[in-house]
Amino acid sequence: MSQSHAPYYFVPEPSRYPIFGSVALLLMGMGAACWMNGVNAGPYMVAGGFAILIYMLFGWFGQVVGESEGGKYNQRVDVSFRWSMGWFIFSEVMFFAAFFGALFYVRVLSVPDLAGLESRTLLWNGFTPAWPSAGPGFSEAFTPMGAWGIPAINTLLLLTSGATLTWAHWGLVNGNRGQLKLGLLLTILLGAVFLCLQVYEYVHAYHELNLKLTTGIYGSTFFMLTGFHGFHVTLGATMLIVILCRVMRGHFTADHHFAFEAVAWYWHFVDVVWLGLFVVVYWL
Amino acid sequence: MRLREGQSWAAGMTLMGATQLAYAEVDGRYNLQTPATGIAQQMYDMHTLMLWICLIIFVLVFGVMFYSVFAHRKSRGAVAAQFHESTTVEILWTIIPVFILLGMAWPATKTILELKDTSNPDITIKATGYQWKWGYDYLKGQGEGVHFVSALSTPREQIEGKAPKGPNYLLEVDKPLVVPVGKKIRILTTANDVIHAWWVPAFGVKQDAIPGFIHDTWFRADKEGVYRGNCAELCGRDHGFMPIEVHVVSAEAYAAWVDEQKKLMAAAADDPNKVWTMEELKARGEQVYSANCAACHQANGKGLPPAFPALDGSKIANGPVGDHLNIVLNGKTGTSMASFKQLSDTEIAAVITYERNAWGNATGTVVQPADVRTVRSNKTAALPAQPVKSGHAG
Amino acid sequence: MSSISHDHAHGHGHDDHGHHPTGLMRWITTTNHKDIGTMYLIFAFTMFIVGGLLAWGIRAELMYPGMQLWDPERFNSFTTMHGLIMVFGAIMPAFVGFANWQIPLMIGASDMAFARMNNWSFWLLPVAAILLVTSFFLPGGAPAAGWTLYAPLSVQQGMSMDFTIFAIHIMGASSIMGSINIIVTILNMRAPGMTLMKMPLFVWTWLITAYLLIAVMPVLAGAVTMILTDRHFGTSFFNAAGGGDPVLYQHVFCFFGHPEVYIMILPAFGIISQIIPTFARKPLFGYASMVYATASIAILSFIVWAHHMFVVGMPAAGLLFFMYATMLIAVPTGVKVFNWVATMWRGSMTFETPMLFAVGFIFVFTMGGFTGLICAIMPIDIQIQDTYYVVAHFHYVLVAGSLFALFAGTYYWLPKWTGHMYSETLGKLHFWASIIFFNITFFPMHFLGLAGMPRRIPDYATQFADFNFIASIGAFGFGLSQLIFLIAVVKCAKGGPKATAQVWEGADGLEWTVPSPAPYHTFEEPPHVK
Ligand code: HEA
Ligand code: HEA
Ligand code: HEC
Ligand code: CUA
Ligand SMILES: [Cu+2]
Repeated sequence: MSQSHAPYYFVPEPSRYPIFGSVALLLMGMGAACWMNGVNAGPYMVAGGFAILIYMLFGWFGQVVGESEGGKYNQRVDVSFRWSMGWFIFSEVMFFAAFFGALFYVRVLSVPDLAGLESRTLLWNGFTPAWPSAGPGFSEAFTPMGAWGIPAINTLLLLTSGATLTWAHWGLVNGNRGQLKLGLLLTILLGAVFLCLQVYEYVHAYHELNLKLTTGIYGSTFFMLTGFHGFHVTLGATMLIVILCRVMRGHFTADHHFAFEAVAWYWHFVDVVWLGLFVVVYWL
Repeated sequence: MRLREGQSWAAGMTLMGATQLAYAEVDGRYNLQTPATGIAQQMYDMHTLMLWICLIIFVLVFGVMFYSVFAHRKSRGAVAAQFHESTTVEILWTIIPVFILLGMAWPATKTILELKDTSNPDITIKATGYQWKWGYDYLKGQGEGVHFVSALSTPREQIEGKAPKGPNYLLEVDKPLVVPVGKKIRILTTANDVIHAWWVPAFGVKQDAIPGFIHDTWFRADKEGVYRGNCAELCGRDHGFMPIEVHVVSAEAYAAWVDEQKKLMAAAADDPNKVWTMEELKARGEQVYSANCAACHQANGKGLPPAFPALDGSKIANGPVGDHLNIVLNGKTGTSMASFKQLSDTEIAAVITYERNAWGNATGTVVQPADVRTVRSNKTAALPAQPVKSGHAG
Repeated sequence: MSSISHDHAHGHGHDDHGHHPTGLMRWITTTNHKDIGTMYLIFAFTMFIVGGLLAWGIRAELMYPGMQLWDPERFNSFTTMHGLIMVFGAIMPAFVGFANWQIPLMIGASDMAFARMNNWSFWLLPVAAILLVTSFFLPGGAPAAGWTLYAPLSVQQGMSMDFTIFAIHIMGASSIMGSINIIVTILNMRAPGMTLMKMPLFVWTWLITAYLLIAVMPVLAGAVTMILTDRHFGTSFFNAAGGGDPVLYQHVFCFFGHPEVYIMILPAFGIISQIIPTFARKPLFGYASMVYATASIAILSFIVWAHHMFVVGMPAAGLLFFMYATMLIAVPTGVKVFNWVATMWRGSMTFETPMLFAVGFIFVFTMGGFTGLICAIMPIDIQIQDTYYVVAHFHYVLVAGSLFALFAGTYYWLPKWTGHMYSETLGKLHFWASIIFFNITFFPMHFLGLAGMPRRIPDYATQFADFNFIASIGAFGFGLSQLIFLIAVVKCAKGGPKATAQVWEGADGLEWTVPSPAPYHTFEEPPHVK
């Protein structure tokens, strides 16, 4: 990277992956919209788009990995990656913020408002605004999700996984590949157990608590927030698996492993979001 | 006087010379409509004040700019100076606007506090937005108990250009809201389907009507007269066709009007236990249909597919009565088919009987008010059906 | 995985010009910021024509009272799609096009930081556009809930609403990737010596805009996602019976919506701040305060959103807070206007087309700013919310603001892009036709709004007839004037007097140190800035 003829900043040559990505999203977007409206082609379009997306991701990231291992990324490119991952995570924070904001708004403003002014006498006879609430039009009984069962265990799992991941990172920095692999593996397993427990929790909610996506605003916010988080855990775990595979192939050195760090940041971000969820969705 | 100033200023700035004033000079052509309440008057004055302040700043700033454009051009031999900074000037033109803004905020704050104060009303009226008409219920004060629906009365021929347009084109309703002069009227707004907004410019009142929530606003009209407004929130197809007409009348006229309404309502009240014949129900149902359903499903029952399905030949209108009753009573969430449970048992019985026996439908079913009552009191059916669109989502 | 890397393994860095695909494939696969910038600009202009034709559809129906051309539902879908297409399809991509072309040139970078991702950011836009435009041909027609897609009206719509929602998701992804690219390029790829406070203002405004985008596009995605689940999966976010609230949607949307309008004006401020000093032949007055003002506008933009919701029934405390915060924005915006005027003061000005558009911008944008301020006074807003006064306000800031700045910037940098001078005659004609017809179209709308004509209606009371007629005539004229622009640009791209590297006598900055047209690869070795 210090040879004088190497480029000041690596600019990739033309690539056909982006257009594959676009076609994939076109198919998936159109397919999903059709699917939701009962058009038969919908699921096939989504499946086709998804396949193309997977192909594109493999190809694109494969190319990036190749370039990285081929030493094309100098210090400056590395800094670019760091900035970009940071701001990408920030955009995800804002995405979650929209849903957290919705929860805050209904708890603090709209549910009490449903019994404000003449709303209670004229519209929602006898409605008592207390959280958890599924709204005045919801007449079935349901049990809200408690905090100290599975959710508390899940909190522990995720916190531990953050620690194992950091432990793996130490292994990488200190050249201890065994520790790196074990740490990664443990992290992935903890993530997987977390997901299994969450699935179990959902089944439990649907079958025993009568708590569903359709259970008024409580169900809506509960499943939207935890589901969106679970989706992020899935993504994070997938990325960790990719990293583990790369480690198996001998990628990364003590001072050149941005991909590892990016995934670690992402994992910690998902972790922190969970803490927020645990407090405002389950506990308070 | 003030109005005149605003008008001449505005007129000067447009190309009004070009178009002839073909219509009689209507109130409020260039400016806010003539206020009829104290609040509206404050708004009017505040706007005039703001206009002047902005106009003065505008003239000053652009006076400088155009002087510069004129004098400091290369073709006139101007040589560029090189200054590019002055902390003093920068601070000045940051601070001065702050003070100007404070001057604007002060009267606005006072008005806001006043217009949000809905306490101690003389009369409380609930205005409910429906797609696309207004329902009024007099809840408290003189006239309590009066309720009616108020819809556009401009004939279709005028809208389609087949007849000359009347003077109150699109601003007239079949049954106006009537209130006494000089009394504090509190309006509660809510809606049945989507968001509407209750707006009467001369009163300085605009309040969104939000389904499932009640919000309030108030006015006290100073002068008798007829005041007109519109729904002011996009609410679907006929958003442009749901006006508001308010008649402000003297105390005596108001009392007389209330009496008349009470009598009319008593006369029109249906004996809920009466057993109707098919012909009676169909005749009554046709009225209910044209007042409530024809906007979407059309008078000929053909609807406007795919947005609004035809009822002529429809599965539900020819299928089990229960489903038919259910969709009319509870609506269908996620579509513009709203709940019509505000109609009386008799009206619902009539409209359903009509739909099932009109056009090409000939089921021969007769639904009696008592049937509707049974379904209504069956509470479990009351929950707005949740799962929404068709298809295999989820 | 790593095997794939061999496909493209060229021994040496970037020195691979010979292998480039040609023809259509060149444009589809390109990683060159200039190519991508050009595609953004062409895409944006195409969408501008589509959006403009829809505006013609609106104005044609409104020319006379009574219903003549379209069914009311179709009219509403025109309004909705006009707003969506102009905002997301025309104005925003056009500014990103400028960013792509100019930022690397202005900071001395060889390209954008992530050239491949840059390509994807662009190629997602046609996808979103296809989804949006297809919705016209679906059963039920295009969405008709207004560009703000307020629930529960948007929950009622047909399947085209789902297409629109996914289009917005995809557009959002494109914007987020684009902004990350811009931020990283600016922060990490400046030429040595180019400190932050030496950056051209256009670069500064885009840096700040990119932050706004990253912060609010995900929020919009969240808002439309909740509509989607309310529509199809039985959630109750916006349904009172289930404990939700339609107003919740408005809060989330407007939290995006207000920063969004500054996303569309800050880069315009940047362009104007480049042009005025050039043609006044005098350095920009108050560079530092311009930077601070831009940042203040951006920060304030996060706490004013509820001024779009003054009549939903907020408590007085909320009304007062949002009114004061909104009014405050006049201060930094005023600083900008004053600085521009001070830059012109005692300059040595000439009035080529870019300068004409820039001066026109300041004049007409300020009018729009003042009407914005009038909207911000909550008691007045009660009378004008959802009327044509608001329509007048935002077309003054969007058409005479954003769009005029885009025209100014195009004429300004076109010689650098094409290597030819455009026809000054056509340019001036375009300017005068635009500004005159613009005012004929939108000035009367102030009167309509004040006198009580609601927006988003296909038919109106007869006392509004004459101003609507004038506005419609103006709209046809304004649209036709844009043909002059098309001709001027195409002519310039095809040929014309050769442009020098410097192009404008008073121009200053790195982009003027490279030849015109700018070579395909520039600043592969960074220049040194003193
Ligand atoms: C580029 C886009 C843009 C810009 C820059 C602005 C700028 C501003 N806007 Fe605007 N606005 C829109 C786009 C924009 N707006 C859109 C699209 C809508 C409608 C959305 C919809 O409903 O569809 C809207 C709607 C809108 C509303 C809601 C109206 C309603 O629906 O009831 C309000 C209310 O406060 C408002 C206020 C303002 C203010 C205070 C500014 C300020 O930033 C203006 C500041 C500028 C100046 C004030 C002029 C220059 C200053 C000086 C010369 C200094 C001296 C001046 C003084 C001290 C007075 N806007
Ligand atoms: C972002 C920018 C933007 C731009 C540039 C415009 C441009 C225009 N808008 Fe805009 N408008 C909005 C944003 C914009 N608008 C928004 C956000 C709304 C709110 C929507 C809502 O309520 O939901 C709105 C709403 C709106 C309304 C209110 C509709 C209603 O409430 O029902 C009207 C009415 O007159 C209108 C008119 C116009 C006109 C005449 C133009 C003109 O300037 C357009 C001129 C351009 C053309 C006509 C195209 C020109 C090109 C050609 C003709 C060349 C053809 C060439 C070939 C075919 C090769 N617009
Ligand atoms: C605002 C528009 C609107 C109004 C007013 C309206 N409807 Fe509907 N109606 C709809 C829509 C949209 C549907 C389709 C719902 C769906 O997607 O299943 C519908 C469906 C129906 C159906 C079921 C038709 C079928 O076969 O699917 C019946 C019956 C019906 N409406 C009766 C009525 C009656 C009775 C009234 C008046 C009291 C009325 N509607 C008023 C919009 C409306
Ligand atoms: Cu009701 Cu608009
Ligand atoms: Cu705003």
